[in-house]
Amino acid sequence: MDTTLSQTAGIADHGHGPAKGLGRWLFTTNHKDIGSLYLWFSLLMFLTGGCMALMIRAELFQPGLQLIQPEFFNQMTTMHGLIMVFGAVMPAFVGLANWMIPIMVGAPDMALPRMNNWSFWILPFAFTLMISTLFMEGGGPDFGWTFYAPLSTTYAPPSVTFFIFAVHMMGFSSIMGAINIIATILNLRAPGMTMMKLPLFVWTWLITAFLLIAVMPVLAGVVTMMLMDIHFGTSFFNAAGGGDPVLFQHVFWFFGHPEVYIMILPAFGIISEIIPTFARKRLFGYASMVYATSSIALLSFLVWAHHMFAVGMPLAGELFFMYATMLIAVPTGVKVFNWVATMFHGSMTFETPMLFALAFVVLFTIGGFSGLMLAIAPADFQYHDTYFVVAHFHYVLVPGAIFSIMAGVYYWLPKWTGHMLNERLGKAHFWLSFIGVNITFFPMHFVGLAGMPRRIPDYALQFADFNAVASVGAFIFGFSQLVFVYNIISCIRGGERATDQVWEGSHGLEWTLPSPAPYHTFSKPPLIK
Amino acid sequence: MDNLRRRNRRLVLQLMLGGIFMFGFGFALVPLYDVFCRVTGLNGKITNTGPVAIAAADTSRDVRVQFIGVNNEGMPWEFRPLLNTVSVNPGEMRQMAFFARNPTPRRMVAQAIPSVTPSEAAQYLHKVSCFCFDQQALDADEHMEMPLLFVIDKKLPADIHTITLSYTLFDITPDLSAGQITNDDTQRSTL
Repeated sequence: MDTTLSQTAGIADHGHGPAKGLGRWLFTTNHKDIGSLYLWFSLLMFLTGGCMALMIRAELFQPGLQLIQPEFFNQMTTMHGLIMVFGAVMPAFVGLANWMIPIMVGAPDMALPRMNNWSFWILPFAFTLMISTLFMEGGGPDFGWTFYAPLSTTYAPPSVTFFIFAVHMMGFSSIMGAINIIATILNLRAPGMTMMKLPLFVWTWLITAFLLIAVMPVLAGVVTMMLMDIHFGTSFFNAAGGGDPVLFQHVFWFFGHPEVYIMILPAFGIISEIIPTFARKRLFGYASMVYATSSIALLSFLVWAHHMFAVGMPLAGELFFMYATMLIAVPTGVKVFNWVATMFHGSMTFETPMLFALAFVVLFTIGGFSGLMLAIAPADFQYHDTYFVVAHFHYVLVPGAIFSIMAGVYYWLPKWTGHMLNERLGKAHFWLSFIGVNITFFPMHFVGLAGMPRRIPDYALQFADFNAVASVGAFIFGFSQLVFVYNIISCIRGGERATDQVWEGSHGLEWTLPSPAPYHTFSKPPLIK
Repeated sequence: MDNLRRRNRRLVLQLMLGGIFMFGFGFALVPLYDVFCRVTGLNGKITNTGPVAIAAADTSRDVRVQFIGVNNEGMPWEFRPLLNTVSVNPGEMRQMAFFARNPTPRRMVAQAIPSVTPSEAAQYLHKVSCFCFDQQALDADEHMEMPLLFVIDKKLPADIHTITLSYTLFDITPDLSAGQITNDDTQRSTL
């Protein structure tokens, strides 16, 4: 990014701030308000899904059934996955996009502010509907977050219909959010802000938004097929009627694999903003980052069946999906290389956002490598549906996606609140999280390779020690998030005043605005040379 | 500003159409998946049915054909092949039969769904006639032998020595009221 500002950002003196009271939040069309709503909602869902994870880990602390029944355990694994994917990670990225994209491209607001309001306010209803299924007769969804048919059709609890409608609502919300982001980036850039000058967070979100529009409708389609199988006598996934349960897996993963990139591409963007700031160097290989992100997105449509190696595919299929999957390691390797090269010979400092970004680079790469192991089709027959898979995707999602969100929040929080955060607490949060995450998920590699299946409430005795260790780690990680919450709230309430630039090495339009960012920004577009 | 509004509207319209297209594409995956399996012969679905020209058998090769009969969940019939394994020469027409008995006190209708392992062999297993083409009805405590006439194509790859032909029997009684039982050959032969 080499945009230099020829003048300080035009800040409109509209003389009207936010409305008063609850109405401000219900009827707001301000991108900053909506961004904050998304982020608070995501935090709430993160803590809810986290409680469910702790329930799972508490039950798995020892072999045998101690605390909860297997039926409830299944509901917990399912809801934990759904809430974390659709309620925590995705809304957090949309929240960051809402806050940052308009001020990064020099736009006064999102392109479609009213739709923005709508796409947020659908979410609380969708999740209320989904979580309410836990209190219904027969319990909530218990078929895993991947809701494979026929578990989710023939054998599903009656509440599955509510789950389907909740997924439909989330889909609408995501698609509207994605349309809004694309329109903002393509139509509202300030004069002079060419595509190849866009900050990488904006670029990665643009690509993510296209992925969302391409695959969220497929998810809506697959749950609609389930709905029709359950209530309208069709047989999409029912072999007795000429359907095929394997079809479900193909359609689901056609959505599901791009979905995992939806959860990581914006993370790449955040990390690509943070590392140059604290290494005090420009990002190494900006253009290659853009191309790498695009190729990851394109490849994501060609690898879905690596989730189903054990389903009984012909050899040609196994080989195709194996090599296509391994190909993704190339653009991902380019990214990791660029981050490391950015830090090389930089004058680095280790503030909290940078610590999270560094942990992201290291731990996400570990998750990437276990992903490569899983991509080897013959080996996958051994690893399939074991804790090794659980370890893999938690490494890419927790110290991957979630650490990047935390890094982003710590990085931009002074801009949002006008106060510097408490570094000491931030570092405490980081180290507790870093240690907790590794204690939780690293042993899962070992029990997985030894053959412990996933999604079970009880297990063979030889897995007991590593499971006990993982449970201790989970509680350390879980409770250390209270430090995060406390730190955010205390940063909002007060603290050392932040300068406009906030961080010594920060660079980009958002740092030309005063801290805290005024309610209305860039009503007159800034001039970019 | 009006220009911007027009550009926004056009972009939103295009993106929404994209979304609607992908929703349709999700459903289109259902027939596409089926067509793909049929063209490539993957998934062990047998598409090779109907009469076949009699040709000299390739007596230099023996292929073991194994038969499996399983009931789908909740299906009470007794269902098994008369022979578990037969050895055939490619090109030779062979007759086989499955035994079925309805132990329940009511009339039931069943449909068998075949599957071939390894799936690469599916396209070389030619069924001249098969009980799986039709729905099979049995009265209470009635039994029957259900015939199957097949030929292994001489083009079967040399590395395939054993083919397993598995039938899963589905109870389709609730789907049909009595007297409405059809022998819809054309529809079922695609299974």
